[in-house]
Amino acid sequence: MTLVKVRDLVVRAGGRVISSVPVLDVEPGRCVAIVGESGSGKTTALMATLGLLDTAEVTGEIGVCGVDVATASPRRLREMRGARAALVMQSPRAALTPTMRLGTLMRRALARHGVTGREAARRAEDAVAAVLLDPALLARYPHEVSGGQAQRFAIALAIALGAEVILADEPTSALDVTVQAEVVGVLRRLRDERGLALLLVSHDLALVSSVADHVLVMRDGAVVESGPAAEVFARPRDPYTRELIAAVPELPEATP
Amino acid sequence: MARYLARRLGQAALVVAGVIALTFVVTRLVPGDPAVAYAGPKASPAELAAARARFGLDDSVPAQLLAYVRDLLSGDWGTSLHTRRPVALDLATAFPASLELVGAALLAAVVIGVPVGGLAARHRGRGPDLGVRVCSVLAVSVPVFWLALAVQTVFASNLGWFPVAGEYDNALDATSPLHVYTNITVVDAAITGNWPMLTSTLSHLVLPALVVAAYPAGLIAQMTRAALIEEAGHDHARMARALGFGETAVLTRFALRPALNPVLSLIALVFAYSVVNGFLVEAVFNWPGLGRYAADSIRSLDTPAIAGVTLLVALLYVLANLVVDLFQGVIDPRARAR
Amino acid sequence: MTTLALRRTPLRRLGDLARADVLAAVGLVVLVLIVLAALLAPWIAPYPDDGGAATHPAEALLPPGGDHWFGTDQVGRDVLSRVLFGARTSLFIAAAVLVVAAVAGVALGVVAGYAGGWARDVIMRITDVFLAFPALLLSLALAVVLQPSVTTVVVAIAVTWWPWYARLTASVAASVGRRGYIDAARCLGVPAPLIIVRHVLPNSLTPVLVQLSLDGGGVILTAAALSYLGLGAHEPTAEWGLMVEQGQTLFTTDWWVVTFPGLAILVTAFAFNVLGEGLRASLDPHRRPR
Repeated sequence: MTLVKVRDLVVRAGGRVISSVPVLDVEPGRCVAIVGESGSGKTTALMATLGLLDTAEVTGEIGVCGVDVATASPRRLREMRGARAALVMQSPRAALTPTMRLGTLMRRALARHGVTGREAARRAEDAVAAVLLDPALLARYPHEVSGGQAQRFAIALAIALGAEVILADEPTSALDVTVQAEVVGVLRRLRDERGLALLLVSHDLALVSSVADHVLVMRDGAVVESGPAAEVFARPRDPYTRELIAAVPELPEATP
Repeated sequence: MARYLARRLGQAALVVAGVIALTFVVTRLVPGDPAVAYAGPKASPAELAAARARFGLDDSVPAQLLAYVRDLLSGDWGTSLHTRRPVALDLATAFPASLELVGAALLAAVVIGVPVGGLAARHRGRGPDLGVRVCSVLAVSVPVFWLALAVQTVFASNLGWFPVAGEYDNALDATSPLHVYTNITVVDAAITGNWPMLTSTLSHLVLPALVVAAYPAGLIAQMTRAALIEEAGHDHARMARALGFGETAVLTRFALRPALNPVLSLIALVFAYSVVNGFLVEAVFNWPGLGRYAADSIRSLDTPAIAGVTLLVALLYVLANLVVDLFQGVIDPRARAR
Repeated sequence: MTTLALRRTPLRRLGDLARADVLAAVGLVVLVLIVLAALLAPWIAPYPDDGGAATHPAEALLPPGGDHWFGTDQVGRDVLSRVLFGARTSLFIAAAVLVVAAVAGVALGVVAGYAGGWARDVIMRITDVFLAFPALLLSLALAVVLQPSVTTVVVAIAVTWWPWYARLTASVAASVGRRGYIDAARCLGVPAPLIIVRHVLPNSLTPVLVQLSLDGGGVILTAAALSYLGLGAHEPTAEWGLMVEQGQTLFTTDWWVVTFPGLAILVTAFAFNVLGEGLRASLDPHRRPR
């Protein structure tokens, strides 16, 4: 089953098209990346996919885990968010409520989706272990953990809730280089071991080339190129894509 | 934390020093001779001289200021000209009643203001939001003494739902006399299990407390709305939505606690203001607090008493600000780290 | 060119505001009406003499009706006429207080913000001290030691109100002073007063305007409270707070004597507040709703 299926998505704000994606499919266990510079509309497309843009006008067909985002009831949307498709944001610590311990957030999120008691504890433990996080961190507040830890915790939330696809918005750009590798490693391992799908938004081509199976290149709100990652990086057709790739001094080989 | 505390205390001490100096200046602006006011117009020169010596009016101004500060620190806040008792003692009996009134009012203001502000934030830009906005601006625009008169006339005099004036039914002094511990009648009645007194005081408290609550409730509603809307736009609120929480849950379970921070600071700012607003309400409802004491002092041009009231309220303001700054650490763990 | 644009912007913004914020527009209209009522009171009041010391014992305490829309007070004066004349007193107090407070506060604030250093520290600590007193309290203490009169009210309230303007202007002046082109101007030898007049004051204009509008309501309420306590205007001056005080024992029997002056205070303060809030929302870029 296709986890994320987007057709003819157009997002307008004040009458102007700020983001449009004609075709986007994310299959289980695959990683699709949207690349482009900031302002190219890639984050907007991501948020529209979860139905989380309330100020802009969204048209087109968006299916996430079998839920039609455009027509589904608010209730069905809420049941889908988190539990089936999870979000990982750019600034990991800002994405966590400052007055809430990580464990409390985990517990509340699980309870929101009907998981409580011993089952909740078991899932939390498993998820925290899966992202190689020290369980003691659950007793801390967001400002007491590092950016990398916070980001891995956000991923742990997705795991605990049983998400099938993670929508990650620049998940590493706010992190140090070594920590970036850590987070990428966790994401890649989850994909390989648990078949988790990933919709990745990033301007970091090195990151994208190392994890993505499929790449969409966006510029000024439109997709200028789309294709298998290896092909796009080896033989970019669009001049803008060539420019982007040329701007990165050396793209590391994708590690198996 | 310790350095933050020290700096904060230093600032507060500086403001207190300035407040004392300013109060001193105001008391020296009095036209006429306080000695005459104290000794009376028919006093003999000897009596006048004694009064002058007593108030230290023959000393130089810096010496007077020094003496003033020394006396304040040793608990001597001067002698009231109209009650002829130490001002500190007068304040100690009048203030608890005011605290009772303002405390009840602020409690009511929070209980009303926060949910109402939340309602406006939940439905921002729509009907309830506009309604809350109109009501909250009305609440901060209404002259409190007029509101007190209107509420008293309608709900006490005409409808008879609540007592017209006073702190409790005076007949209870004979039947259920109160053991005084804190001078706050509600508290004393509660801890001594004096139920007739407690219910009487509470019913007397309702109208004046609600009138005093109008202004802070309006401000708190506006502030809560603004703070909630701001928090709801932050990343962590978007994350909560992405975790499947609905808008109401995002506001109440995620945005509310961080949003309470500015609301708390507001309560400190509005506390001293409410004490003074309470003066006017106390006058209408004949509540035996600072306001009535201040009103009597004003009528008799009782400078030491007025200076005492002024100083007390200013000190309360400084203290309330300090407490809230420190208390914020409890609400917001980020402040603790600072 | 620049100055022209600066002068026109607030006006043009006022037009945008009326469209965007109905409530603020209502406030503006009401305020204009109140100002007109105050200016034209001698001509539009049905009984202009009743704004002063006239008495008509035979017509005392008539309920609202055809001849007296708001009824008459305890000495037979037309309440509507007195409410209209009261607008003069209240608006005069508000205008005088705000002008004095804003001029003094802006001057000190500019010095504090632009000069920085110890001058800033001293001025800001002094404002801290003044801000520790609720406005009504310090005005009350001052009004007691001075003689009760309208002038006393103006002085007493202005003394408590200037620190807000000092703080506001100091922060604007400090932020303007840090801008690159100001540094450049200073290096080129442009004298400080010129920099202040050309750059700091125009930048302070908008926040000060907003603050003035927001404070109008507070000043009116404080002045009314002082008069109510007998520390402000006195007979036969028509003043809303004083009218409430004079009629307060009549509320149960002759409600109109107290109700209309009180409503006048409420409506005026409300108009100032909604206008000020609307101005702040539309003029202050930091607070514009996203």
